[in-house]
Amino acid sequence: MPKLLSGAEIVFKCLEDQNVEYIFGYPGGAVLPIYDELKNHSSIKHILVRHEQGAGHAAEGYARSSGKPGVVLVTSGPGATNVVTALTDAYMDSVPLVCISGQVPTHLIGTDAFQECDTTGITRPCTKHNWLVKDIRDLSKIIHKAFEVATTGRPGPVLVDIPKDIQFQKTDYPKFIKKNKLNGKVHNHFLQKEIDQLVKLMSKSKKPIFYTGGGVINSGPKASELLRELVAATGFPITSTLQGLGCFPGDDNNFLGMLGMHGTYEANNAMHDCDLMINIGARFDDRITGKIDEFSPKSKKVHIDIDPSSINKNVKVDLPIVGDVQSVISSIIKTIKKTKPNFVKSNKQQISKWWEQIEKWREKKSLDYINSNETIKPQYAVQRLYELTKNKDTFITTEVGQHQMWAAQHYKFDKPNRWMTSGGLGTMGYGLPAAVGVQIAHPKKLVVDIAGEASVLMTIQEMSTAVQYNLPIKIFILNNEYMGMVRQWQELLHEKNYSESYTAALPDFVKLAEAYGCVGIRAKTPDELDDKIIEMINTDRPVIFDCLVDKQENCFPMIPSGKPHNQMLLGPKDQEQNKITGKGKTLV
Amino acid sequence: MTKPKSAYSVAGKKEKLDTHIIVVWVDNEAGVLARVVGLFSGRGYNIESLAVAEIDSKLNISRITIVTTGTPQVIDQIKLQLKKLVPVHKVADFKREDKQVIFKEMALFKFVGNNNKRGKALNACKKYNAVILDKTNKSCVIQITALRREIDKMSKNLKKFGLISVSRTGAVAMTRGAETFK
Repeated sequence: MPKLLSGAEIVFKCLEDQNVEYIFGYPGGAVLPIYDELKNHSSIKHILVRHEQGAGHAAEGYARSSGKPGVVLVTSGPGATNVVTALTDAYMDSVPLVCISGQVPTHLIGTDAFQECDTTGITRPCTKHNWLVKDIRDLSKIIHKAFEVATTGRPGPVLVDIPKDIQFQKTDYPKFIKKNKLNGKVHNHFLQKEIDQLVKLMSKSKKPIFYTGGGVINSGPKASELLRELVAATGFPITSTLQGLGCFPGDDNNFLGMLGMHGTYEANNAMHDCDLMINIGARFDDRITGKIDEFSPKSKKVHIDIDPSSINKNVKVDLPIVGDVQSVISSIIKTIKKTKPNFVKSNKQQISKWWEQIEKWREKKSLDYINSNETIKPQYAVQRLYELTKNKDTFITTEVGQHQMWAAQHYKFDKPNRWMTSGGLGTMGYGLPAAVGVQIAHPKKLVVDIAGEASVLMTIQEMSTAVQYNLPIKIFILNNEYMGMVRQWQELLHEKNYSESYTAALPDFVKLAEAYGCVGIRAKTPDELDDKIIEMINTDRPVIFDCLVDKQENCFPMIPSGKPHNQMLLGPKDQEQNKITGKGKTLV
Repeated sequence: MTKPKSAYSVAGKKEKLDTHIIVVWVDNEAGVLARVVGLFSGRGYNIESLAVAEIDSKLNISRITIVTTGTPQVIDQIKLQLKKLVPVHKVADFKREDKQVIFKEMALFKFVGNNNKRGKALNACKKYNAVILDKTNKSCVIQITALRREIDKMSKNLKKFGLISVSRTGAVAMTRGAETFK
């Protein structure tokens, strides 16, 4: 007779078979049997967070930076509800997470028992799928299926809810055989005909552009390599969404910078005026398209995506190719090599006018700002951070707001999986716990959370986690005492009525760092900034860096709401030159 | 129009709405209906009627028939989003005008009144496969099967014959001929 294992043992057997090394979690009544079992499985290390939301974001940071699924373990009731924000965040940004939650014993379900909640009901809209395990014999099958659903197709979060009595019950554990077969929900059956059609469009186009997104990163590092090859083989300009940064080198001449609401002038204008748009792994998000009716009116649009429901969701496209980015790009390159070996040369002439136009847009230098000798400009702080860390293979996470956009604009990434930010959901408080997860996955690397003082306070308690596990994460706070993006919108849209966007009683971040047992550094002037950043980098402990920046600075360029790509609001330098301050503002 | 004071773009122009019948084959497991219905409510799609029952007890398959309205783009999204759900096996979509598909709804009517009125009521129901399910000397219950709009019309017109209660199912659908939906 096979050896019988308890539900809790089966959970760990499954995690071992899935090669899980770390779980991020927080114990509680309904998961105690699983926590009891932890000591018997030395290959799995548990990271104790300070709040379940932190566990979720840490697992996201771990997953995004390593390409492996993040695993979260929480208790029933409040444990599960606290992780909902992180699950939704992972759902919006396609991050593979497997969340295991405890549940009250099966005979108490539905009785409003202590710490009971309808976990599968609450998490149904924010997971790819979830399961309530009602029979111990289903447990191993469900957990393995959960990993499969989370990691295949368009990745995303899943949740397995395990009642406490199931964790105690015993059954046998069948040997796990990893299936090579993908599940029925994965679509990677594009046709050569579609690729041929795309190559034909590419060879005819006079104003092409690649518009790439997080799908390239999710497809694996090989996809980013192939993308570089594809751009080299065509000479086309390329722009990237917030989530796609890093899949193409940020300092390459073909790269036009990020596009969208706070994207560069050249990227957005090129998107608007192009005659062929090749979307690779992006989803025509509303922050990208602006006004849909006037979005890139003259272009043929091609959309490469693994998720069929992303096609024609927001923007109607002319040629959809449903498949994994890596295999599709690989096919495109092969086809070009075979049918048009001299593509770059023959094409150079054809798109030279387009490049001239792009260079003209570039001359606007839309990311410029007016620097100061007295106060630190936030853009300057990010630029200095970039210059001083660019040779270190640095991992950057962010919170949400102005600092996030400045980081995206001024920090140039040249590798995938180095940039972790909450794009879809826009979760303030994401960056600090995400940095914890990234540092767990990459213990020797420099991990910096570019933060705002308002965002970081939402999950500041995770500094305690960083200290407990000696994770030398660097929290680089651009402190302007405002919820900067809220203040910016209020300035531009609500007649400078700064309703509740100023934080009047901020903590002393240096003292706060000391209270947590990490290092606090403060920079007040541009002169001392470099030295302080170097001091931060050289500190082999967690650091909270309080960078006091200009309180009034706004994030430009910007596409005002309801406007197409070619009606951008540029920064103060340009506004001075063209004297459109008044008119520009009424555009918003 | 006032200036939109929002970070979101303004809504585009409204397109024409079509009525479609969506048929979904799903694993008959706990919560599966909630997943399907939650998808509709969460993404703002309409449900005009809904019929669901197990059709294969061996394979544990249920068939859900949903009548919905939407722009062609929305209908496409509904199908694609449904196909992404883990317990969904296949999704079929028929236009209401489609001649190759049979749509039927069933309704139960309860009439209270004198013989004369009930006789007239039964007469009116006759062309919709009327079956008398219950009869007393004051009342009767009649079952009919018909199209949605026919039942709509009937339940309005039969008031005068003593119709006091209506119970109806959502539409179910099946293709004509020897073909089945793969």
